[in-house]
Amino acid sequence: MTTIYLDNNATTQVAPEVLEAMLPYLRDLYGNPSSMHSFGGQVGRSLKLAREQVAALIGATPEEIIFTSCGTESDNTAIRSALTTSPGKRHIVTTRVEHPAIHALVANLAQEGYRVTELAVDGEGRLNLEHYAKSLTPDTAVVSVMWANNETGVLFPVEEMAVMARHKGILFHTDAVQAVGKIPIDLRNSAIDMLSLSGHKLHAAKGVGALYVRKGTKFSPFLIGGHQERGRRGGTENVASLIGFGVACELAGRNLEKENTTVKNLRDKLENDLLARIPNSRVNGDRQNRLPNTSNISFEYVEGEAILLRLNEFGICASSGSACTSGSLQPSHVLRAMGVPFTMAHGSIRFSLSIYNTEPEIDFVIEKFPPIIDELRALSPYWEVGQSVCETRDFGGV
Amino acid sequence: MWEYSEKTLEHFLHPRNVGEVENPDGTALVGNIACGDALKLTFKLDEHGKIKEAKFKTFGCASAIAAASALTEMIKGMSVEEAEKLTNQDIADYLDGLPKEKMHCSVMGREALEKAIAHYKGVPVPEVEGKVVCECFGVTEPEIERVVRENGLKTIEEVTDYTKAGGGCEGCHEAIQEIIDRVRAEMKPATGTRPKLTNIKKIKMIEETLEREIRPALRQDGGDIELIDVVGNKVLVATRGACASCASVHLTLKGFVEAKLRELVWPELEVEEVSQ
Repeated sequence: MTTIYLDNNATTQVAPEVLEAMLPYLRDLYGNPSSMHSFGGQVGRSLKLAREQVAALIGATPEEIIFTSCGTESDNTAIRSALTTSPGKRHIVTTRVEHPAIHALVANLAQEGYRVTELAVDGEGRLNLEHYAKSLTPDTAVVSVMWANNETGVLFPVEEMAVMARHKGILFHTDAVQAVGKIPIDLRNSAIDMLSLSGHKLHAAKGVGALYVRKGTKFSPFLIGGHQERGRRGGTENVASLIGFGVACELAGRNLEKENTTVKNLRDKLENDLLARIPNSRVNGDRQNRLPNTSNISFEYVEGEAILLRLNEFGICASSGSACTSGSLQPSHVLRAMGVPFTMAHGSIRFSLSIYNTEPEIDFVIEKFPPIIDELRALSPYWEVGQSVCETRDFGGV
Repeated sequence: MWEYSEKTLEHFLHPRNVGEVENPDGTALVGNIACGDALKLTFKLDEHGKIKEAKFKTFGCASAIAAASALTEMIKGMSVEEAEKLTNQDIADYLDGLPKEKMHCSVMGREALEKAIAHYKGVPVPEVEGKVVCECFGVTEPEIERVVRENGLKTIEEVTDYTKAGGGCEGCHEAIQEIIDRVRAEMKPATGTRPKLTNIKKIKMIEETLEREIRPALRQDGGDIELIDVVGNKVLVATRGACASCASVHLTLKGFVEAKLRELVWPELEVEEVSQ
């Protein structure tokens, strides 16, 4: 059975060009870039190129890039550094819909005695900037707001928010793991101080990420060790994967337009066709302000895990915000923060596309998906009862 | 991804007995949409009082659908009395086990069955009324007590796996721990370290004790005793011969039979006479 992979916000396939670039460093060029011999030195030069490639994708300079092991490490490094370099300030501003890399981290920090403001979102997953402005206080050390939501794809106005933070002398970090490579990002004229990105979300291998730290920003390392990354992150570099990361960033830059045309069109086709064919379904999140590859749709009166396992029978990979797939017993914190009704939240499916998806794949999903929902609804004790209620219900303006 | 058994996946992909029985003798809806799963069970009896037809409708994940499908297959052909004895573990076993985080699906099956039987009998549902401990999922104290007792649960996490209680805001964790401690203290026999007794072993030991220790004494007086059933810690017996007409049979049953069974089998056993 062929796999139809529509779960690219979870992870992506390694691009063939990336793999090619990595292989020599797994086979022959195993030197340590820190070594004083040319066998290691040549590896150091390749890493330098990778750093330039990553920096170029986001409009940064190579010195502003710190390589890490993943997005989570980048996030942890950024927040801890901001707190350490802002002594006396005990307040953090973030949102209710962050990835666990921030969400769980600030929960821990709250236990350590920091005050945390988690900004609410509306039914479309949008922030209220007036509330945000009011949340910034002289005690605020750092703001951390994701650029794009991993579940809904909704984009936050982080550049505007960073300017507002800067006016008050507050550091601004953004988790841009889902945004980098999908939308244009240029940090040259931005007020963002720190930005996290991850390799495996943009067709590099797993196990590499980066943290952008604006030149002049005070920094305190998270991993203490050797002098790698100019003393800002100890530990021998994941050489092969970082070199692949560089190539992936270069490819992402070249594919940005395709991402926002071809991929977006496929996403829209999938979304519109499913909504048209399946009653009692709706999109979660602001459709006007979204990543081009992501679609989060709720199908009322069915449960997400059941949908996923039926899709699995056809080789179709997606994910869900239902309780049963989240590992907890409640539906996704993002959908709950948006106030998505329970009848909808449990039956949410996230499709996330990439440049490797094709129109025939999308057609196949559009063909196979509606009968799955029909069958599961036939099983559901709420379907017949709910249907009549739903016709007149206002789902909040979708 | 959950590690589902082949049988669970098979029942999920090809569920048996989907729908609703027409003019059912027993019907029940348990769970609710906010909690993420719900099960509607209906059954119909034949002229001999055996379950002729059982159907289900489920809103929920793969294991919830599979557990409901399994339940309907299991109870078909059973008498109401037999069906009443079905435990959540029986449902899980039928599916070759469920991931521990999914055991609440088997509990939901048992609850639906119990409620449908109560509906058939026209009696109130046993043990569900009570103080709500977990507000997030609406789980009551008796429900938690029961899964702890029947499944030998030891931790809050296990209680969450079996009932969902404590899986939301976690505000009730302290209360759940208190229930676990209390029920486990009650379960512990006075003598201390006794191994857990399965129902089958318990029945076997009761039968052996009756045969070895009790019947010889009763027979000396021309009486006898027959084991009818064991329900939890209730030992249902019928008296025979001289015992059946003896005025002080009650004293014999409590003072002698029950005392012996408590001493040799399980300290919480209670003997009750039934007329059969």
